[in-house]
Amino acid sequence: MAQTMSLSVNGETHQLDVDPDMPLLYALRDDLGLSNPRFGCGLAQCGACTVLMDGQAIRSCVTPMSVASGHAVTTLQGIGTPERPHKVQKAFVEEQVPQCGYCLNGWIMTSVALLDSNPHPTDSEIRQALTGLKCRCGTHVAILRAVKRAAEA
Amino acid sequence: MNTVFSRRAAVQSLGALTVSIMLPDAPARAAAFGVEQRPPLKPDQLSTYVSIGADGTATAYFGKMDMGQGTDIGVAQMVAEELDLSPERVLVVMGDTATSINQGGASGSTGIQRGGMALRHAAAEARRVLLDMAAQQLGTSADRLVVTDGVVSVSGSPGQQVTYAKLIGGRFFDVQIGWNGKIGNDLDVSGKAHPKTPDQYKVVGQPVRRRDVPLKVFGTGDYVVDIKVPGMLHARMIRPPVAGSIPTAVDRDSIKDIPGAQVVWDKGLLGVLAPREWDAIRASNALRVTWSDSHPNFPRDSGIYDAIRNASVVKRGVEVNVGDVDAALARGARLIEATYQWPFQSHSSMGPACAVVDYRPDGLTTVWTGSQKPHYAGACAANILGLPPEKVRAIWVPGPGSYGRNDAGDAVADAAVLSKAVGKPVRVQGMRHEGTGWDPKGPASIHVARAAVSPDGNVLAWDFLSKGFSRLDVNSNESAVSDTLAGQLLGVALKPTPAFNAPEESYGFPSKRKAWETVPPLMDRASPLRSTHLRDPLGPQIHFASESFIDELAYALAQDPVEFRLKYVRDPRDVAVVRAAADKGEWQRRTAARRQAHGDTATGQGIAYVQRTNTRVAIVAEVDVDLKTGKIWARRFTVAHDCGQIINPELLRLTIEGNIVQGVSRAMWEEVRFDDKNVTSVDWLTYPILDMTEAPERIDVVLINRPELAPSGAGEASTRPVAAAVANAVYDATGVRFRQAPLTPDRLKAGMS
Repeated sequence: MAQTMSLSVNGETHQLDVDPDMPLLYALRDDLGLSNPRFGCGLAQCGACTVLMDGQAIRSCVTPMSVASGHAVTTLQGIGTPERPHKVQKAFVEEQVPQCGYCLNGWIMTSVALLDSNPHPTDSEIRQALTGLKCRCGTHVAILRAVKRAAEA
Repeated sequence: MNTVFSRRAAVQSLGALTVSIMLPDAPARAAAFGVEQRPPLKPDQLSTYVSIGADGTATAYFGKMDMGQGTDIGVAQMVAEELDLSPERVLVVMGDTATSINQGGASGSTGIQRGGMALRHAAAEARRVLLDMAAQQLGTSADRLVVTDGVVSVSGSPGQQVTYAKLIGGRFFDVQIGWNGKIGNDLDVSGKAHPKTPDQYKVVGQPVRRRDVPLKVFGTGDYVVDIKVPGMLHARMIRPPVAGSIPTAVDRDSIKDIPGAQVVWDKGLLGVLAPREWDAIRASNALRVTWSDSHPNFPRDSGIYDAIRNASVVKRGVEVNVGDVDAALARGARLIEATYQWPFQSHSSMGPACAVVDYRPDGLTTVWTGSQKPHYAGACAANILGLPPEKVRAIWVPGPGSYGRNDAGDAVADAAVLSKAVGKPVRVQGMRHEGTGWDPKGPASIHVARAAVSPDGNVLAWDFLSKGFSRLDVNSNESAVSDTLAGQLLGVALKPTPAFNAPEESYGFPSKRKAWETVPPLMDRASPLRSTHLRDPLGPQIHFASESFIDELAYALAQDPVEFRLKYVRDPRDVAVVRAAADKGEWQRRTAARRQAHGDTATGQGIAYVQRTNTRVAIVAEVDVDLKTGKIWARRFTVAHDCGQIINPELLRLTIEGNIVQGVSRAMWEEVRFDDKNVTSVDWLTYPILDMTEAPERIDVVLINRPELAPSGAGEASTRPVAAAVANAVYDATGVRFRQAPLTPDRLKAGMS
């Protein structure tokens, strides 16, 4: 049943009355109006719901609030803005990456985490870091270009 | 996050969430030019397509859709060109039944070739009308006027000028335009003006960038899943565990502890609702339902091709019949024959479909949808709610991808039924198993190709017969209740249309027959295997067969696959794409599979060429095959692409890249699995698509621009040759001929053993 839980997102701490078993995704989207992480599968199979938790890319659709509470969560809007873009965002715009864009959140957040830990990855390291993310429109080649561009920035 | 800002950004660029019937800041002046109110949205009104704002920018009202390839930017360029405006001063508004006429939505790669052309014609007429106004204002004749970015001046006397803004800014054209009497894809208009000729183009052909990209990258725009309406309930549908079964008992007590949870149950349709989304999901998991017995008579996936082979024929179509094929087959020195098989495939959009419907029996019902055909989705809501069409407004908001008739239309029908049942706005979103397991499917098919060849190695006859499920068991236009899951679950029977296609090519064989046969749907309603349009409907399967067979013919006659195609292809544009792909793709001549192996890796190269309406594509694919695992890496593609006049080369290039990658995914991995009860591929593990580790290393695109020709569609054409090009490359690498998709490691290993 619902209990009051503390959640830190993009540097702000919120107190939420929620079911501890509820995935973080719904707290972000429905309680905090942070809609960038999106429901794609609810099974940690696609990455559309990705956020950073203490700097690590995680799937918010399978991360219960009881686990997320107390950690620092960052969403897409927490990494950069049109005025102050993250280099990964800048590169994704430069390469005109998304088509429908529904999956984009996952690719950007995972790329941010990758470049934080490995600023100059090889092609193979990029592919391995992004494995498991899904893009149905088939923008993979543009994504690879964008991550390489960001790494060179 | 500032959600107000977010919503407004979406209004500006991603999707039109508000209607501005009266543009702001209309200058208060004599009504010499234009009218204050936008005339009714009718196809024969210029104002239906174009208006000029008070700031001199133009708005184009587009009744087709951009689904993320930049079609709207192409339209902006076409309109800007005719109006002599810079493209950034043309706003394209689309997807709202209150602001645009139905031009068919996204459909058959016709965004530019049909929708854009209609707006080009409207914009040319708007310019003519504007010049007439300017001539009156400046006391001269229209033929003495020139326009530079919306400033009209007298030729040779630049001081004499007036802007579009001053002429009509903030007001609306009150001018009729010739209309061809058609709605949907075929709608076209023509005025007295002639559109520009290509030598006058300044904006068409330029690499203008998309406007939705920053919104998507920074997360400042809404998707349909983000729409929230006051008082809205979240809903999940409950689909039967066995196809065809319906609820016989629903235990409402099983969800009584979930706050606000309620059930809507009507015949076969069952949904749960709750004020909080997580509670609706919990209720969908907790609800105890007793289901009726059902025996859907599915043949199981392994038996599908025999089932098709043995099925009765609903309709036979002969698309081409040149010469006496049967006689030539009988007298040929040699008969070559092969059969190819292609499975059911799923749209599997990135997210399961979502729709919000706010049913208002006494007012205006509103639908928010990610459907690629929002006008038809709105019509569907009206039909299922029993409302006149004008009482429903449908608003497109970007959805989780759309590649034909996916699950978006079903979500609209579900949300409409539920909203009416509970008297509140309802947001329906599917779970993953609905997006993959219950979306309408691309049809499974078999294709038999035969050829008779002469002793000296010439093709005398080519016979190509497809047999499979119709591409229109449910219509791609989702307006009819009978084409929705909700409608069928409420008792409206499926009304299938038998439709199939034939290969599109220009091979000049002396005799040639291209025919098809459709088979009956597996169930008469609510089937998870109901077949419909999936991107490039039937294109990948038909051309996997036809272009693999052409390769088989070439090798059977000890001829090089490129030279063989060039020997028979008749259309000069087709010759050009084949040559361009072979040149740029560094084609290596061979007359037999080369089986080049380095250690455990074999490499090969394959070609395929196709037409799609007026577009031509040839692809050279290069593959690496792991001889131990049977895994194929489609490493490099060279695509030669001719879609007539190019509107925007950069966005065209990116669209083609996406087509290739999605085509590789469908060729290599995608197959809907099912047993005798239901579809069993219900997520990304059971319905795998191409992973980043398997993405091509390189895609080179050669764009052949033919500005003198009409633009002819690029959203699908380059999808259709991919599977054949890859299969042909695998044959070159290994000598194993794939005649069944997908080209999985298991199948390749089986072929090699």
